[in-house]
Amino acid sequence: MEAENMVHMANQIALFFASYPKDEAVAGVTDHFKKFWEPRMRKQIIEYVAHGGHGLHDLALEAVKHLQ
Amino acid sequence: MDLIREIDYGTPKRVSETNVTLEIDGKSVTVPAGSSLIRAAAEAGVQVPKLCASDNLEPFGSCRLCLVEIDGRPGTPASCTTPVAAGMKVRTQTPRLVKLRRGVMELYASDHPMDWLNGGKTVSSEFQEMAEAVGLREVRYGRSGKNHQNAEKDDSNPYFTFDPAKCIVCSRCVRACDEVQGTFALTIDGRGFASMVSAGDKPFIESECVSCGACVQACPTNSLLEKSVMQKGEADRSVVTTCAYCGVGCSFKAELKGDEVVRMMPYKDGKANHGHSCVKGRFAWGYATHKDRILKPMIRAKFTDPWREVTWDEAINHAASEFKRIQAKYGRDSIGGITSSRCTDEETYLVQKMVRAAFGNNNTDTCARVCHSPTGYGMKTTLGTSAGTQNFDSVEHADVIMVIGANPTDAHPVFASQMKRRLRQGAKLIVIDPRRIDLVKSAHVKADYHLPLLPGTNVAMINALAHVVVTEGLVDEPYVKERCDLAAFEQWRNFVAEKRNSPEAMEPATGVPAADVRAAARLYATGGNGAIYYGLGVTEHSQGSTMVMGMVNLAMATGNIGKDGVGINPLRGQNNVQGSCDMGSFPHEFTGYRHVSETAVRESFEAAWKVPLQSEPGLRISNMIDAALDGTFKGLYIQGEDIVQSDPNTQHMSAGLAAMECVVVQDLFLNETASYAHVFLPGSSFLEKDGTFINAERRIGMVRKAVPPMAGKADWEVTVALSNALGYPMHYNHPSEIMDEIARLTPTFAGVSFDMLDRVGSVQWPCNEKAPMGTPIMHIGGMVRGKGRFMITEFIPTDERVNARFPLILTTGRILSQYNVGAQTRRTDNNVWHDMDVLEIHPADAEDRGIKEGDLVSLASRSGDITLPARISERMQPGVVYTTFHHAMTGANVVTTEFSDWATSCPEYKVTAVQVQLARHISEWQEHYRKTRELTTRISHETPASD
Repeated sequence: MEAENMVHMANQIALFFASYPKDEAVAGVTDHFKKFWEPRMRKQIIEYVAHGGHGLHDLALEAVKHLQ
Repeated sequence: MDLIREIDYGTPKRVSETNVTLEIDGKSVTVPAGSSLIRAAAEAGVQVPKLCASDNLEPFGSCRLCLVEIDGRPGTPASCTTPVAAGMKVRTQTPRLVKLRRGVMELYASDHPMDWLNGGKTVSSEFQEMAEAVGLREVRYGRSGKNHQNAEKDDSNPYFTFDPAKCIVCSRCVRACDEVQGTFALTIDGRGFASMVSAGDKPFIESECVSCGACVQACPTNSLLEKSVMQKGEADRSVVTTCAYCGVGCSFKAELKGDEVVRMMPYKDGKANHGHSCVKGRFAWGYATHKDRILKPMIRAKFTDPWREVTWDEAINHAASEFKRIQAKYGRDSIGGITSSRCTDEETYLVQKMVRAAFGNNNTDTCARVCHSPTGYGMKTTLGTSAGTQNFDSVEHADVIMVIGANPTDAHPVFASQMKRRLRQGAKLIVIDPRRIDLVKSAHVKADYHLPLLPGTNVAMINALAHVVVTEGLVDEPYVKERCDLAAFEQWRNFVAEKRNSPEAMEPATGVPAADVRAAARLYATGGNGAIYYGLGVTEHSQGSTMVMGMVNLAMATGNIGKDGVGINPLRGQNNVQGSCDMGSFPHEFTGYRHVSETAVRESFEAAWKVPLQSEPGLRISNMIDAALDGTFKGLYIQGEDIVQSDPNTQHMSAGLAAMECVVVQDLFLNETASYAHVFLPGSSFLEKDGTFINAERRIGMVRKAVPPMAGKADWEVTVALSNALGYPMHYNHPSEIMDEIARLTPTFAGVSFDMLDRVGSVQWPCNEKAPMGTPIMHIGGMVRGKGRFMITEFIPTDERVNARFPLILTTGRILSQYNVGAQTRRTDNNVWHDMDVLEIHPADAEDRGIKEGDLVSLASRSGDITLPARISERMQPGVVYTTFHHAMTGANVVTTEFSDWATSCPEYKVTAVQVQLARHISEWQEHYRKTRELTTRISHETPASD
């Protein structure tokens, strides 16, 4: 998928969980990635973060770390 | 099976705590107080002759045929309007009654075509049956006096005719339109001899009539009669089955003459529809034998080649070898499948099973992705199960009905009739919708509050409503304390209580006056049983899942879950949306909504299917298309879905399919997706197979084969053949065996079998040891997940914003006469009402642009542009335009964007920033479509070798 789309999707998820305390929010985003993102999508976002993760919400960036 | 004849008890069943015992023709009978004599007689097995009475209508007492004698009372009262009394002795057949009835019947017959009495061939009717029942053998009165025998017929409706010569003005049709359908389109015009049934002094087709068929069904004289019966003759057998249109899941009798359907009659014992119907289920079934049906399998190397007809074996083997080739070249995860919400549970179960077991991956998805996937996510998160909480009949106990983002009179008409009946009885109504839908104000129904919010602001609205509940002390504290997770509740309470969530603070976003929001919130919280009904106006947003959770929050806070008359009720779009979700069609879960990563669950499927299964989620439809464009997804099996027409951003979707090496489409027709396919496998209509559908109230209803599959195979047999060819053998002799397997593997279906459904008619899941007869209402005594979980629902405006270039918001939906992509209804006479999609636009917006009614206009968004005719409509609010997506040539989804729900990727069909302008010619896309469609639907008719 195009990186722009992926970042948009990840940030939407992050924004939903952003209303919760940080630990809970990071866990929520991580869990969402694990439950609903197919492995090649997770691989893509992991690689994207490895290259700086430009444009990703902090919670998404944090959550991606827990995917590795 | 013979022709099914249902008993008509004459008047509706009454409910009373008191029973009354009386004697009818010497037989003792006990019935609830308030019952009529005619009903009590029928319950005792005594049929009193009648014409104006029917057990779905309130008694009227006009025909004077159901007269009886009662000991100790003078005269011969009508048994339909006389209530039972303890100790009554009633006689239904005496010389005096026989004479009176024959005299009455003779008078009716004197102004009625009487060919049948002289041996002429006519369609039988209740009128004839009654004439025979009362012993009428001749009519002594001539036709020289005034009569109605030359009155003009009204043939204007495509499906039925009105012949006033046969009308006895019993008012059954008028009362059916009022009491059953709730449209009030018919009346009796004139007085005395001039009295006549009238559709408002105009032909039926031009009237308010919605062609639900209730009047035709009610007519005892064939004055109103189906044209199909007139053309094909009377049926000789009937098969009870479930409608294949919307999520109401009406039960019908398919009435047949040989293997030809003569008519579809709503089945009185149907628990979802109680003998009612709409124009689609009742009349729009001609598509099943339409000439466009593709009855031979076809293949081609490239989608720009002409199709070549082949044998079933060749098509199946070709598809299997292509899928195997692709997997060998690009990897196991390079192919997938899409199940259909129009197919049966058994068929969707098999498709996802084939994907998981034969393809060896979890790349299975369903069209529910683009409609109610947020319902599944939101309900499961908050309540623990992905389904509506109530049965339809629950609405009869609702005191305040809140309709959000749904248009039941168009999209779920039979349930809308039930809802309107409750509203006429006095229930209050709150409508939250950008458009002034019919429920806001129609005959004898008026919303107490219409909150016409701007598209995309549902969550702002639900938070504002919740704010009022929380800050004005309207929370049902004992309920919350007993039923809900208190920590989550406190978190939520603090959130919604913040001033930024108040109706006043949200008013600029929603556009709705705060005072109205406050009043509506108070009504919902304090008006008794509060029931929320919602549709795709909730789910098809970037915050669709958030909104579902927001509605559950509101219902839990006010104690409106877990009893009759309340709840959160998704009105499902297609006939089997609920079922396709229940059957494990989503890429992340097995049947019964259990995640593929749950080891014990996965192991149970591995043991049953005898194959290792993946524990990772697969691709959603939109992900498949993205992956195709990335070059990692190359093959797709699509059963009964048309993703090119129904999914957003048509050009993106088409490009994704065009990038694949093997697309297999299984359908009744060469749909839009088939334009990009390499293999076409003929599908079977709901009349041609056995199985089950599950409606919006979790009701599992039987679909029964009425005629053989026209192409030789039912859809489930095609999937079995494909799986076998792929090297994963499936051994089923009948769909009942598939359901048995589903029941073995799915705790919520453990008690379900075809035998059970044949016995009880239908059942609502969960149906298992704990609930052997099913579960009409969920969460009684406690939520499925244990404690109800409040979720914080921050309002986050969509990224699809209006600006100077795209200053209007487009929202899309459907209308009464057409269904989804129109593949079925466009191939029926329903086109009389809607032969093209139009753009509804407010007069002010139209005037600004110099647009007049009927002008061709261009509708442009960031995704693309189309042209279509304009309809000036005050149903719209300024700044918002609306269209439908029923016609492929319109291409409404060329305009919609890929923005989608954050949790489920459900597309945001309801918010697209657009511009509308006068157009001189059709759009470039439409021009391109016309050419490519012609190219991609060519069929080379070489005779295939026989199977």
